[in-house]
Amino acid sequence: MTRAWRWLGWVYLALAFGFILLPVGVLVTFSFQDGRLPVPPFRGPSLRWYAEVLADRRLMAGLGNSLMVAGVSATVALGLGFLAAVGLARHQLPGAAVLRLVLIAPLTVSYLIIALGLLSLYNRAGVGLSLWTAGVGHVVINLPLCFAILYAAMGPHLRAAERAARDLGAGEAAVLWHVTAPMLAPALLAAWFLAFTFSWDEFIIAFLLTRFDVTLPVEIWALLRSGISPRANAIGSLVFLVSVVVVVAVQLIALRKARA
Amino acid sequence: MSPGAGTRQGWGFVAPALLWTAAFFAAPFALMVWLSLSRLEGRAVVPGPGLDNYVRFFTEPSLLRGLVVSLEITAVVTVVSVALAYPLAAIIAFRVPKRWQRAVLVLAILPFWTSYVVRSYAWLLVLGQGGVVNAALMGLGITDAPLQLSATRLATVTGFVHFFVMLLTLTIYANLVQLSPNYARAAADLGAGRVATFVHVILPLTLPGVVTGAFLTFVLCMGDYITPQILGGNTELTLPQLIMMQLGRRGDFPMASAMAVILMAVVSLAYLACARWLRVERT
Amino acid sequence: MSAAVTLRGVSMRYGGFLALDNVSLALEAGEFAVLLGPSGCGKSTLLAILGGFAEPSAGTVEIGGRDMAGVPPRHRPTTTMFQDYALFPHMTLVDNVAFGLRMRGMGRRARRARAEELLALVGLEGAGRRHPDALSGGQRQRVALARALAVEPQVLLLDEPLGALDLKLRRQMQDELKAIQRRVGTTFVHVTHDQEEAMAIADRIVVMNAGRIEDEGPAREVYLRPRSLFAAAFMGELNQIPGRGTGAALDTPLGRLPLAAAGPVVLCLRPEAIRAGPVEDAPEAPPAIDLGPARLLEATFFGTHHRAHFAPLAAPDLRLVVHLPQGTAPEPGATARLWARAPVLLPRPAPEATP
Repeated sequence: MTRAWRWLGWVYLALAFGFILLPVGVLVTFSFQDGRLPVPPFRGPSLRWYAEVLADRRLMAGLGNSLMVAGVSATVALGLGFLAAVGLARHQLPGAAVLRLVLIAPLTVSYLIIALGLLSLYNRAGVGLSLWTAGVGHVVINLPLCFAILYAAMGPHLRAAERAARDLGAGEAAVLWHVTAPMLAPALLAAWFLAFTFSWDEFIIAFLLTRFDVTLPVEIWALLRSGISPRANAIGSLVFLVSVVVVVAVQLIALRKARA
Repeated sequence: MSPGAGTRQGWGFVAPALLWTAAFFAAPFALMVWLSLSRLEGRAVVPGPGLDNYVRFFTEPSLLRGLVVSLEITAVVTVVSVALAYPLAAIIAFRVPKRWQRAVLVLAILPFWTSYVVRSYAWLLVLGQGGVVNAALMGLGITDAPLQLSATRLATVTGFVHFFVMLLTLTIYANLVQLSPNYARAAADLGAGRVATFVHVILPLTLPGVVTGAFLTFVLCMGDYITPQILGGNTELTLPQLIMMQLGRRGDFPMASAMAVILMAVVSLAYLACARWLRVERT
Repeated sequence: MSAAVTLRGVSMRYGGFLALDNVSLALEAGEFAVLLGPSGCGKSTLLAILGGFAEPSAGTVEIGGRDMAGVPPRHRPTTTMFQDYALFPHMTLVDNVAFGLRMRGMGRRARRARAEELLALVGLEGAGRRHPDALSGGQRQRVALARALAVEPQVLLLDEPLGALDLKLRRQMQDELKAIQRRVGTTFVHVTHDQEEAMAIADRIVVMNAGRIEDEGPAREVYLRPRSLFAAAFMGELNQIPGRGTGAALDTPLGRLPLAAAGPVVLCLRPEAIRAGPVEDAPEAPPAIDLGPARLLEATFFGTHHRAHFAPLAAPDLRLVVHLPQGTAPEPGATARLWARAPVLLPRPAPEATP
């Protein structure tokens, strides 16, 4: 009886993996399609779609914009979140629980609603749409995340080290620079990367809050409007590959650091 | 540092984040609520307060249908995703050798690293008329003509389930791995077989985590525009799609805002139900 | 209900590491046995093997005369009390205790009643409706005991159950465990690293080290007549004087002592077995052994006795720990004559194996 269950377990695992990896497999395989449609039968392989994508100025501009918006919004969110976490973790502020709730609240609201709200605000205020207006929206969704991660990482361990530093004569800025930030380094990096990833991949806020210069997901969306095309496969696979490489690299660096 | 100076410094540190949240989250939200109570006449917004938009939503069948469709799809997606993800998480946590668990888990959530838009597009490829599924079915001789799989509710549900199975596998796995192995040992020691151990010990202990994951699924699924837009076809529209329509076609901010508020209300109701259930579970 | 436990030639190998090396042990039914030893000595591994959570690489395990090879924990006449108690947090205390009975198919009313009985036995009468997270560590431990006893096992296995408790509570629980074991009559196998705990509760102590049994027997025997140097040193503070036996006498750094021994041995003396008297006193009658004059280095008051360090004049580099009676007024620097009783001679181990 147990052996049958065991066998069933592996079968289920295989089927589940098949289901999960199917779309990605199809995406990457047909990005090398030597033909106009990324559907069977497979002809190729050919790199022409990758060449087209890399030569497409709009797509590449979108890529650059995505990197910029993600980088800047992640950094801003991290900065604001770090200060807020330090402020709340170190001092007993009145209504701290409420403050924490307010800072985390945006996590619970659908991105569409956040985008809609900001769009209404910009409309009223007569502010034109741009990468900046979208970036603001990305900070709104990433700030709670950074705050939550950093606040959770500020344990008694850190508090004790800060106290020791002050005892030895360090001023507040010195404590933050020499003790707090270095000790929180893993959490800071993790929060930044997560915020970067969320912003990089984010569609609806970027879609509603940009106009002329757009991010990559929005460009890809425009590409999809005209139906399926191996170009979309190519750019999608490219994004996927780069993400995987970055994640693997980060893991390897972390592993090497842990071993040293 | 004196208590007063400390508190002042604390406020100083927290203020920037608070101001940002107030200006770019709270204020827009309040504006949205105000707009929902206003009306669109021609191109101008006429301030309320008035419940015209809400009344219109609940009386116009095409609009109300959007909410019903969203709820139906979300319910199915949540149930199916949990049902598929739990066994997967359990197999990874208990059957896969410890050394390989991390690698297997990363493999199981690999598609996360494609853009969400691209991921839904990939399902369009798979389910399309000329896609791999149809090609396989015809190749195996099961069907003669390609089936209409994309641009259907089935496609939308499949696209959602694909995403949420990955998400839930991750969260349920984290939950399972945290359990002390002594619980299962104690249950076995006292005479429980595999099934009894799962039903009486493992399942109840992981249920709060599962409910939390299901709630997350509910919220994300209800509010998603991308997957239904790519995979759903135009025959039935979900609430987010209707909201986008109000924005795009007519620029009807008041109506769109009202529908957004309704979406938020539904999500909040689900939150209250979950929170209440979780609290009840504790006692 | 209780059963005898017999282990024959049990070995446990994890990859290249030998956790248990050819262990043989026979425990009587109804006995309170304690597996005593330092971390890594194999005592927890042995307990896991008895409970069925690990299969030995070699050897046989018999409980109540039945061979337990391949028998899973479910079907063994044992229950285990885990170190972290593993109480089911989502169930009430009554449901926790009744769990095993439920698995055996007992009806709800009957098993609830029995659970309440057991909770009363461990001193938690009436607390049945509560949940484990509302209890203190000591209380949780009692519930774990009640749950393990509910299925009337023939052997109860306890994996360092008192480790998480503070000293006072631990002493109290030791007495309670002993009392409950006497009442219920089940064979108890208790794992600990604390020799005082072992002496407080055990009918039989099994001293283990590096996967082997060093000594076993009642506390009195293991303490006063240890069979290995490790067991002697582990059971309590010990003075070890190296020597070489000539047959009729023993040559030591303190001089020639009238003890029959042969070959390299260690003379073991407990601190309370050494008496200090004025240098001029007449020699005590045998079997007291004259250790010669020694200078008192320092003494600390320990309530019931003074713990004193002496340096023998014949061997000034040697240190002897002696317990002086409460009433003495030790003066550092003073010289006294030391007499020893109840000497234990144990073979000197090869140099690498010195503990």
